[in-house]
Amino acid sequence: MKESNAKKQDVLEQDDYPQKMEDLEKQIGELKTQFESLSKATPENKVSLIVFSGDLDKVLASFIIATGAAAMGMDVVMFFTFWGTPILRDKGKKVRGKDFMGKMFSAMLPKGACEVKLSKMNMAGMGTAMMKSLMKKKNVASLEQMLELAAELGVRIHICEMSMDLMGFKREEMIDYPNLTFCGVAKFMEEAQNSKVQLFI
Amino acid sequence: MGEEITVDKVMDLKGLACPMPVVKVSKGIKEVEIGQVIEAVTTDPGSLADFPAWARTSGNEILKTDQEGGVIRFYIKRKA
Repeated sequence: MKESNAKKQDVLEQDDYPQKMEDLEKQIGELKTQFESLSKATPENKVSLIVFSGDLDKVLASFIIATGAAAMGMDVVMFFTFWGTPILRDKGKKVRGKDFMGKMFSAMLPKGACEVKLSKMNMAGMGTAMMKSLMKKKNVASLEQMLELAAELGVRIHICEMSMDLMGFKREEMIDYPNLTFCGVAKFMEEAQNSKVQLFI
Repeated sequence: MGEEITVDKVMDLKGLACPMPVVKVSKGIKEVEIGQVIEAVTTDPGSLADFPAWARTSGNEILKTDQEGGVIRFYIKRKA
């Protein structure tokens, strides 16, 4: 009696197999789509920095973070906007055909990394000069050296097109840098969205 | 105990300030084979925290750290 009962149950369960398989397949399918959407949302090993400031100290800190991150094997993007844009002008390049406001901005803002001033204790340039000589003495890399190092390490630089336009800067007067892109907020946000670290400096 | 570490490459990073020691060592380690060891010599006190952090994230191993009169020696095995 017992034996036949067990046999019956076995048969019943075997009849359920196609249904069970179908359920399983469905579940696996659902898991697969979930996994795909999750892996899309997982940030890459990347740092996105917004360099808004045009001060020597803050830009230097940005470059130290950028090069350090690159050394640690991270992909690094720096987005230069507003007061950060003039740092990327090339001192040796001259452009013509700027309007009055463009000429004003060109004259008043630093032309390149070597003309950038401290945010504090500038004291008409004396503080900045002192800081620069101290950096040299203490073997801290200058902003110009940091730019070179960043290029060497493959740090990508994006320049805000709107800031360029606003201040009347032209593409031809910007530095020669291997990974230079002119872009807007959407390009930066795309990078920032899948970055592990995002900083605004 | 008396286990000797065979050094395949020595990097003199004395006098360099942040971030240079880490930047240089990350470049230098790519010049040895996986399994080989580099000895990095620094004078930057910050590197005591920075080198282990760099090693953890880059997947390399610090076998030994020696400190003597402001000079720090790291023995780093390339693993990745």
